[in-house]
This record gives sequence, structure tokens and C-alpha cells, in this order.
Amino acid sequence: MASGIRILLLIILCVLCAGAMAAEAETDGGARQVITPEIERRTIDVDKIDTEDFEAGIYGGILSVEDFGANAVIGARLAYHITAGAFFEGAYGQSTTTETSYERLSGGAPLLTDEERKLTYYNLSLGYNLFPGETFIGRNWAFNSALYVIGGVGNTTFAGDDRFTWNVGAGYRFLATDWLAIHFDVRDLVFEVDLLGEKKTTHNLETHTGITVFF
Amino acid sequence: MLALRAVVFMLCLLATVVQAEEAYPEVKVADPYIELHTGPGGGYPIFHVVERGEFVEVIKRKTDWFKVRTAKGTTGWVERGQMERTLTAEGEATQFAEAALGDFSSRRWEAGLLGGDFNGAPVMTFYGGYAFNANLSAELSLAQALGEFASSTLLNLNLVSQPFPEWRFSPFFTLGAGDIATRPRVTLVRAEDSNDATAHVGLGLRVYLSRRFILRAEYKSYVAFSSDDDNEEFEEWQAGFAFFF
Repeated sequence: MASGIRILLLIILCVLCAGAMAAEAETDGGARQVITPEIERRTIDVDKIDTEDFEAGIYGGILSVEDFGANAVIGARLAYHITAGAFFEGAYGQSTTTETSYERLSGGAPLLTDEERKLTYYNLSLGYNLFPGETFIGRNWAFNSALYVIGGVGNTTFAGDDRFTWNVGAGYRFLATDWLAIHFDVRDLVFEVDLLGEKKTTHNLETHTGITVFF
Repeated sequence: MLALRAVVFMLCLLATVVQAEEAYPEVKVADPYIELHTGPGGGYPIFHVVERGEFVEVIKRKTDWFKVRTAKGTTGWVERGQMERTLTAEGEATQFAEAALGDFSSRRWEAGLLGGDFNGAPVMTFYGGYAFNANLSAELSLAQALGEFASSTLLNLNLVSQPFPEWRFSPFFTLGAGDIATRPRVTLVRAEDSNDATAHVGLGLRVYLSRRFILRAEYKSYVAFSSDDDNEEFEEWQAGFAFFF
């Protein structure tokens, strides 16, 4: 009799176990999944990250043209930053030169017509952020800045002719925000002038202040 | 009442838009830590680190530097090398890889600056090119030659064939047509402007430097179909620097 009860209990246990296993198998099969996970796929699109490698802006300052006075100059620049250090810059500027001292004193015929007195230049240069760093204003403000050297070639149209022009200089870029910068620049524009029959190399210094935006 | 509701609705919509704009992509730090610099450059001091497992938002990029924001709101600049070893929310590696030699042969856009000699006069050229495939590309260039007696402006459109795009030293052939505008110096007595059509052939070499930089040297032979029946021939040698993107 006792063995009969034991067998009965074993049978009940077996049935329960089999049931439990069957239930487990069903869950594995996913047929009775209670919770459906809502997975939101998030992929990162690298191209959508805002890249600010281009810099464009305007500037104004003083350009001293040998013999023809120091006059206001205005211009525009576009730069592409290739690495954290190196950048490529194109600039265009224009100025109107004034009479030479000789013209004023002699009282004779002017050397140039009004049209010829206008000076325009463009140059394509390579720059390098030689001393990148931070500029501190007071205790609470720190701004990124860089002292860069720059040089390149271009053309100056002055006194009716195009003149091959070297340019070399240095500048200071102060970043007010990540995208807005203020520039202070000094450039030497080197070109040849043959107005008085004799060809001579002239060094024409320009200082300017500009504002640029990164995009 | 309806108007008020409309205004509220519009404000909600606006808020959603603003929020959507500020949702920057997020990446998960997989290295033991990444370093945040105060500026986009190796010399800027490291002022913060983000540990493995934390998420950062990627706000913008300047050359090889990424501006990120941590969960606590600290912003700083991380170098590309470290960003490459972060994971997306799904656990996949992010793709911030820099251009390499492999990309050189599959580049699409190229721009550069060349300088040299055009028939004895200094010349400078700015050009831009688009590659249709690894072997063939089209280029548009603007050059100015500033000689002793005249200055010339050259505008050229040419096709460039690169038979071995996968080589680091990759030769190319070029064929094109354009226009040459010549302006004699004002100090010359017989000064007459001229504007002629040109055709040219050339060959050159591109050298892949590193990242996205290329050195380029080329020789071109021009024929100018001048108006006074006598065709003129010019030779041009140039070398310079270009980058692709």
C-alpha cells in the first residue's frame, strides 16, 4: 500500500515536471511572449556632425605702398583648415593709393591716372598655427587663440599692371566663441614696380583687423 | 480660446523642434577613459576624463578634433584617435576613421595650389577636380602667369586619366582646352590685349603624402590658336600641394 502511494506521488511529480518543462519550452519558442521590447535603434551618422573647417570673413586696415602713401585697405578672406595646425587661405583686398611726395612738390603732371592709383590684390597662402593657446581675460574668462605664420603667392594689380606678389606675415586669431574669431594681422606684400623705368622690388606692409566665422 | 490653444500648440511644436535640434549623436566610451582638452589641438591641456561606459554627446568637429559634452554638462575637445575607439548606443564601433592611402584612390573632390614656370614667367594655379571613378576625373583650373612683358590669365577644363590609382606615386595624363587672355605691360609701346582659345596635353605625378594631402607635379604643352594665323606654343612646369575630401 505504502509503495502504491509512493508510485502515485512519483507519477504526480513527473507530470508536474513535464508540465513545467513544456511551459519553459513554450516561453523559449516565444509563442507566449508577454513583453515585446521596444528597441529604438540609434545609429550615429558621422556626416551629420557639424564640421567647422571653413573660415570666412572680412578685414580692414592700413596698407603702405612704397612711394604712394599709407592708405585704408579692405578685403575678404576664405580659409580651409586642413589639420589643427595647417590651413590654406585665399584673400582679396583693395586700396586706393595717394600721390607721391614728388608729384606734390613738383606740381607737374601726375604719374598715374585715378584708375591706375587703385590697387587690388589676391593671394593664396599656406598658414600654420605656430603657437596655439589660450588667452585669459580676468579670472573667469579663457578664450582659445593662436599666433600663426602665413605666406604665399598672388597678384597685385597696381599702376595698370599685374605684378607677381609674394606675401609673408603673421597673425593672431582670437576665438570669441567656437565659430566667431577676431584677427590681427601683419603682412608684407613684395612686388616689383617699374614705373620710373627702373625695376625695383618694393616691400608693402599691411596691418589689418578682421572678423571671421567658422562654418 | 481656440487662438490660445493654437498658440500653446505652436509653442509645444517649437519646443519639440528646438529639442530635436539639440539632440546630438551619442557615443559610449569603450577605452578605460577618454581625455577632454580645453581646445581643438594636442597642446591644449587635458582638464577632464570620461570613464569607460559613460556616454558623451558629439556636438561638432574641427579638423581632427571633436567637441563633446558629458552627461554632467562638461564640454571639451577629444582627439579623433580616441573617438574612433568609442561605441554607438548599439555597441558597434563608430566610424571616425581618417582618410588613408585607400581613400586616396577613391576620393571624389580634390583642390590644390600649384606654382611654377609658364614660358619663362612665374605662374600660379588654383584648381578643383571631381573624380568620376578611380581612373578618370575632370578638373577646372584658373592660372595667372606674370611675365616680364605681359600677364596672362588661363582658364582650363581638362580630363585627367590616372592609370594606377592605387599607387602611392601615381602618374597621370591630361588633355584639355581653355582660354588664354594676355595683357601686355603698360610700359610697352605696342600694347594690345589678346584673347585666344587653347588646347593642351600634359603628364604628371601625384604623390600621396598622408591623411588627405597630395603632392603634385606636372608638365603641360599648350597650343594657342591665335587670331593672327600663327599658332603659338607654350610650355608649363608646375608643382604644388593639394588635398582631397
